Amino acid sequence: MSRQLCAGLAAALLLTACAPASSGSGNTDLVVFAASSLNPTFATLGKEFEAAHPGVTVRFSFDGSAALVDQLKAGAPADVFASADKANMDKASTAGLIGNSPVQFTTNALTLIVPKGNPAGITGLDASLDNKLLVVCADGVPCGTATKKLAAALGVTLKPVSEETKVTDVRTKVESGQADAGIVYVTDAKASGGKVDTLPIAGADKARNSYLIGRVLASKQASLAAAFVTLITGERGQQVLETAGFGG
Amino acid sequence: MIRPPLPRWLLLPVTAAVVFLGVPLVALLARVPWTRLPALLSAPAALDAFWLSLRTCALTTLVALVLGLPLALLLSRGKGRWAAAGRTLATVPMVLPPVVAGLALLVALGRREPLGGWLAASGVDVAFTTTAVVIAQTFVAMPYLVVSVEGALRSAPDDYAIAAATLGASPTTVLRRVSLPLVAPAIASGAALAFARALGEFGATLTFAGSLQGTTRTLPLEIYLQREVDTDTAIALSVVLITIAALLVAATARFSRGAWSQP
Repeated sequence: MSRQLCAGLAAALLLTACAPASSGSGNTDLVVFAASSLNPTFATLGKEFEAAHPGVTVRFSFDGSAALVDQLKAGAPADVFASADKANMDKASTAGLIGNSPVQFTTNALTLIVPKGNPAGITGLDASLDNKLLVVCADGVPCGTATKKLAAALGVTLKPVSEETKVTDVRTKVESGQADAGIVYVTDAKASGGKVDTLPIAGADKARNSYLIGRVLASKQASLAAAFVTLITGERGQQVLETAGFGG
Repeated sequence: MIRPPLPRWLLLPVTAAVVFLGVPLVALLARVPWTRLPALLSAPAALDAFWLSLRTCALTTLVALVLGLPLALLLSRGKGRWAAAGRTLATVPMVLPPVVAGLALLVALGRREPLGGWLAASGVDVAFTTTAVVIAQTFVAMPYLVVSVEGALRSAPDDYAIAAATLGASPTTVLRRVSLPLVAPAIASGAALAFARALGEFGATLTFAGSLQGTTRTLPLEIYLQREVDTDTAIALSVVLITIAALLVAATARFSRGAWSQP
């Protein structure tokens, strides 16, 4: 009796834990794994995709591109993958995770941001940064690799006090005024609204990184996934991305 | 008297519990690139993170002892509302989500906040320094020492302290020669727990101190970064962290067993 009760309980627990979060009647889920920096734009486009495809729910997982590749490798159920750089999409392709050949759908450039009012009097990637608290992304993550490339292209040596794993961590440290300056994507600077002042970097185009999108090979929603990729690469997708500061 | 045996059906949930706790650890160990392990662990970034973690955790444990022991002593004697409030205050950082601890520290000690701004103006600017790491670690780790020692003090017998006082020992002497030695095992296990908690500290450090090799990037932060860059290094460093944590927890268990044996 008690053994059966235990087994029953355990089975019930397992079932609840493993059941998909939304298995509503006749509803189809499209799971999109996208780089963190795509967060506001893709969410907007996802809503429009749902409106155009009744019965479809687009669910997003926004994270660092490398973390998403790791999850895909581990068999995470995704239909579309959008990476913030070529290196991570290549990793996914090499591992045989991506269905068709992925396409580049936009680019992003770096910019310098300072807390509102620029309390430390930063003027750009120059001597005004000496002995000031500069925060950047760590080498190896997409925004950090781009930062390193840009510094090399411009012939400047950066002396950051912190190298963050996520670009949003750079942004929040500048927003709070904890750091005097930070290097982030143009899109992060825009998303920050009035909390930071932006100092464009002359020559930022020398280190643009490419965003690639592809259908996940294991996806059971091949045609829906393809339709989502078309939305992103199409006129409407490009329009939303450009408004957020991508491309250009 | 022999204790009655446990019912045999308990084996079922026990097995489930052991599997549940053990599988992730075994899976991680199975993924370790053992042949490349020495090379991965001797990389400068890994070594810097390792030594920084050991240094900051040792300092954290020291600060936790200096500040936490007196607090535990006072709380163990306290009764009523104020003691309850003090006990809550000393316990809350234990259960606070790490990111919340980091936010709280940032709002308190941030350069643009009233207190932090005043400190920075007086020349104490901790932003992005190793000091900030120790502050973050102490904030989350000290409660473990306080709770562990306070509990032991409460359940320790009073007789020896009373006897010593009756024989003319001053309060300081009673504390030094009787009360503290009586709870020495709890102090040791509390210190080990605080060290272990400081070693695992991640969220508060990331939010409050930043991440720079050799200055603020401790083992957990290096693992977090390497997870994005090179999974093998992240797993290798995780094994180091698990090993140290396991040793500390084993030591804690040993200290606790020794309690009361030598008053």
